[in-house]
Amino acid sequence: MYRKNDNGQAMDPAEVTPCGAARPSSEPVLEMSFEVGHYDFAAAGEAASKIKQVLRKLGMAPDVVRRAAVAAYEAEMNLVIHSVGGSILLHVDTEKVTLVSCDEGPGMPDISLAMKEGYSTAPDEIREMGFGAGMGLPNMKRCSDSFSIESEVGRGTTVTASIRIA
Amino acid sequence: MESRFHSVKLLEEKCKGCTNCIKRCPTEAIRVREGKAVINAARCIDCGECVRTCENHAKTIIANSLEDLREYEYTIALPAPALYSQLERASGPDEIVWALQEIGFDEVCDVSFGADIITECTRRHLMSFPKLRPVISGACPAVVRLIQVRYPNLLSHVAKVESPMYAAARVARAEVSSRLGIAHDRIGVFFITPCAAKVTAVIAPLGSEKSYVDGAISISDIYGELITRVGQHGAARPVYRGSSFGFAWANSSGELKALGLQNVLAVDGIHNVLDLLEEVDNGRLAGVDYIEALACPAGCVGGPATVENPFVARARMIEISKAVEAGSDYALAEAKQVVDKYGEEFFALQGELAAVAGLAIDPRLEVAIAKMSELERVLARLPGLDCGACGSPTCRAHAEDVVCGHASEVDCVFKLREAMEEVAEELLKLAKTDLPSLQRRNDK
Repeated sequence: MYRKNDNGQAMDPAEVTPCGAARPSSEPVLEMSFEVGHYDFAAAGEAASKIKQVLRKLGMAPDVVRRAAVAAYEAEMNLVIHSVGGSILLHVDTEKVTLVSCDEGPGMPDISLAMKEGYSTAPDEIREMGFGAGMGLPNMKRCSDSFSIESEVGRGTTVTASIRIA
Repeated sequence: MESRFHSVKLLEEKCKGCTNCIKRCPTEAIRVREGKAVINAARCIDCGECVRTCENHAKTIIANSLEDLREYEYTIALPAPALYSQLERASGPDEIVWALQEIGFDEVCDVSFGADIITECTRRHLMSFPKLRPVISGACPAVVRLIQVRYPNLLSHVAKVESPMYAAARVARAEVSSRLGIAHDRIGVFFITPCAAKVTAVIAPLGSEKSYVDGAISISDIYGELITRVGQHGAARPVYRGSSFGFAWANSSGELKALGLQNVLAVDGIHNVLDLLEEVDNGRLAGVDYIEALACPAGCVGGPATVENPFVARARMIEISKAVEAGSDYALAEAKQVVDKYGEEFFALQGELAAVAGLAIDPRLEVAIAKMSELERVLARLPGLDCGACGSPTCRAHAEDVVCGHASEVDCVFKLREAMEEVAEELLKLAKTDLPSLQRRNDK
């Protein structure tokens, strides 16, 4: 789909396009990619935390930072709990912050069900850890100005969330 | 209320440029340039972590001295409860009050009593406070400054009450003024401080329009004067004395014990505070009602202007709290009376806590984005050892300094080695070049 970078380092914007998103022409852009491992609870939250630090350094309004951090955290936890592992791409231009979460499986059979508050396919041991309350995707949507999911069973899921700046 | 005053200062002649402080600074405010530490005023929160870290004592706390008492007709010392944990030889709090009078103060008012007042106000305040949770204690000015610099989202969570120091200053000044008929501005009120952040709070208050305290004197600066006077069995009473709960504020969890609430949490040590506030900022502590956060390890007893080991001081503080228990009920009732008399508004935080900009890489978004992209590229080329030899605390901080034009990539010793290797290889190549005059024809 797009090039991944193990260290979350920026890649040359010319080489990368977030899944399906059109790149603005000559505007400065920042792109960073973060790998997230399946069931890697020790590192869970680190991608969201790094994304937050980057946005803070960019001087973004506290509210934008907060919403993006929450969306990134929910995306990251979804990758940890439900996917076979994947990555989160952070794309920042002068108009918006975009988060693209990509994985290669297992995919969702019914997206509208997944978007229902309280619906979760998380196993019991995850729920016992306090996750899997079925609020992840709805929460992510609530924090975003635009939100979309593409998913195919057996192929993977791409969740795109954008937050407008100012 | 934008203020750039800082009580933490560098003594250049003592600084050896060792880079220990840059690694410990919670806001990455320090760099070593030209062999000396340089503090970025916009980022510094006066937590005093560098004062604690520096083995050469090159970081100091600029505070008032006993000389400054002369400017006033009448003076009141406001000892932080932590002071009482510092003097092992003292037989009890009254002996320390007496020693403070011996070194030049006319009277003493315990800040532990201010703590009792603020405890009462916080309790009432929490009842009327909007649903926003958790409420974060505003008692530690270094923590409040950290929130202003790094977590502006959380400013609305800070309890809207003044600090115990202010409460004590206001009631002591009013009492002395009415009893002796001395004008308010002729009375000098000095806080005896365990830390740098409180000095800054006295000179540049966090929220208040004006400071109700006239100066701050470091515990470490008058320690010598006090230690020679305790043990002589002198004794004196303060204008107001706090309860055992008020005294316990000097230790971590002390404020929580005084409040006696459920769903509370205490954290101490500025790096622990940073981690915890990050959690709060991420919205993951919504079930907690109240957070006590203190910048120093073990609480105020571990302040950078104290003398004792913080854990020894903490143990002693517990003993002192027990020693004053007999007068506790009286002190608590008196604090309640004071709050009833003046009203909670009197002790409410004056003015708004404003965010302090200082972290952004550039104020213009498009420039910031371009710099950030460049930063990541520079960072990818750095070794990632975070050794600090370049004078920046981490490779990431160095990359930021490079893109902001404050440093050069080859300030990194590893980048310098690479550059030298390239030059050396070039030299070797040149050295092996055959000169035309020396080339021999192959005659065979």
